[in-house]
Amino acid sequence: MKNYLHRYIVWRKYNFNIAVRKAKRRKICYIFLAPYALLFILFYILPVIISIFYSFSYYNILEPPRYIGLRNYISLILQDDVFLTGVKNTFLIAIITGPLGYIASFIFAWLLNELPRWLRSIAVVVFYAPSIAGNVYVIFSIFFRGDAYGYVNAFLMDLGIIDAPILWLVNPDYMLPICMLVILWMSLGTGFLSFVAGLQGIDKTLYEAGCVDGVKNRWQELWYITLPNMKPMLMFGAVMSITQAFGVCEVTMALCGFPSTDYAARTIVTHLFDYGYARFEMGYASAIATLLFLIMILCNKAIQSLLRRVGT
Amino acid sequence: MKKKEVRARGYRKKIFKRRRPNRSRAGDFFIYLFLALVSAGMLFPLVFAVSSALKPLDELFKFPPRLFPQNPTLDNFFDLFVTMGKSWVPFGRYLLNTVTITVAGTAGHLIVASMGAYVLAKYDFPGGQTFFRLVTVALMFSGYVTAIPNYLIINRLGWVDTHWAIIVPAFAAPIGLFLMKQFMEGLPMSLIESAKIDGANEWKVFFRIVMPNVKPAWLTLIIFSVQNLWNNRAATFIYSEERKTLVYALQQLVNSGVARTGQAAAITVVVMMVPIIIFILSESQIIETMASSGLKE
Repeated sequence: MKNYLHRYIVWRKYNFNIAVRKAKRRKICYIFLAPYALLFILFYILPVIISIFYSFSYYNILEPPRYIGLRNYISLILQDDVFLTGVKNTFLIAIITGPLGYIASFIFAWLLNELPRWLRSIAVVVFYAPSIAGNVYVIFSIFFRGDAYGYVNAFLMDLGIIDAPILWLVNPDYMLPICMLVILWMSLGTGFLSFVAGLQGIDKTLYEAGCVDGVKNRWQELWYITLPNMKPMLMFGAVMSITQAFGVCEVTMALCGFPSTDYAARTIVTHLFDYGYARFEMGYASAIATLLFLIMILCNKAIQSLLRRVGT
Repeated sequence: MKKKEVRARGYRKKIFKRRRPNRSRAGDFFIYLFLALVSAGMLFPLVFAVSSALKPLDELFKFPPRLFPQNPTLDNFFDLFVTMGKSWVPFGRYLLNTVTITVAGTAGHLIVASMGAYVLAKYDFPGGQTFFRLVTVALMFSGYVTAIPNYLIINRLGWVDTHWAIIVPAFAAPIGLFLMKQFMEGLPMSLIESAKIDGANEWKVFFRIVMPNVKPAWLTLIIFSVQNLWNNRAATFIYSEERKTLVYALQQLVNSGVARTGQAAAITVVVMMVPIIIFILSESQIIETMASSGLKE
């Protein structure tokens, strides 16, 4: 046993020495990477560590943080009803808009790929525009205004479907569906672009070869040829849409207000903002952030292992 | 032998007769119809935003609304400068703030991320792969997770209420490094080596050889960075009214009620047009870059 341990240490030392020698020869690489690495560590790695660290403490900025163990997590899960509403809403939105947006991104990219080139480049702009247009989604609050002059209300009343205006953005029954609609409208984002590009990059001769080998229609072509060739893009798109789906907050804040009626449109991130920026309970907010971090990473890992099986 | 030849000819004929194998005409027709309907739905809010910015005040509140203005005017845009020009913080100031943040953040991001991406893509050095894996993990959580510690860090650096608080963190956006690295992997190593044989040092290689060859990726980084910074509300970092951004001003206008509806619509159009126009101008290069965006294990 001791012998093995000794050998292991020698082996590690040897590897380490090689690494050091390599590093010395490639000094310039570290100089090139240094600016990015410094900023990245300062604004992405360090915050995660700080957030995990503060999540075990009571910290309100004025007093120094006080260690309180797991109490933040316990009160989050057992006592904070609003947080549980937020978790429920976030998961509801993520589970509905995440996969739908992802699948829609792929389907539209795939359909656009059938178009002639000039038409395709126009269509890509049309589909991608809502996601880069910034705050244009506030226009939905005009469509869904609660009085009889709100366009959706007026339209439905003209058709005779409803006889009194509905308070779309104040009534808890309608808030989430409307937010989901808006999020779906904006969901053809980075992943969609990646899919469009990936589809163009697939070797055309593969399809001809598939035709010879007995692929009969476009659906078989999709499953046996297109999807396996798109795997890296599918992974990238999944990462993008999961991150977006769980980070939902801007749309609900802009449309339903902050805080929303009865907390019906509260999400994990708005809860985080509430405790972080309004009540300055940084320890509690850090616990929320840490939970959100874990949810996002775990979900990403799960989806990636699922996607590895596509087309096989 | 003979049989095989016949079959090969049959296959060829089929290919040339129809545009692509495995496509039916009816299917194509329905795809076009479906895409036309969906894109009309996608465009409707955007078109509505543009048309309400062009409507004069009396048409804005007309009911039932018309999709297109009858007497289009640019009054709302001029109003931004006239009425808001006299207010405490003129509209031009908000615009200037946003432009400053966007240009500075994007330029810095482009340089810093490309330098990192270049060595990560082209050289094998201890720690490089690990670092890149960290960056891909950072793609998996959104900025909201780090919002509060980031605030504490920026507070410690003394950057609260300055534009640095928005600009400098934008330099390190992981998606830029990720896309740039994936794109640079496609660059032939021989190009770099031949330049080195000709006596160029690493900096010269980077600025004279590598950067000009990855122009499509520049544009991609620019669009993502602009999209992020241009729409940045910056509400948590910036308190002074004269340093606030355009999107923040827009939100205040929207909240300030009916009288400013026209101007709010005009700002919405200003906010949305910039990223869209940049995207339209650089679309083919962006698609080229995104082709190498895949996440390999």
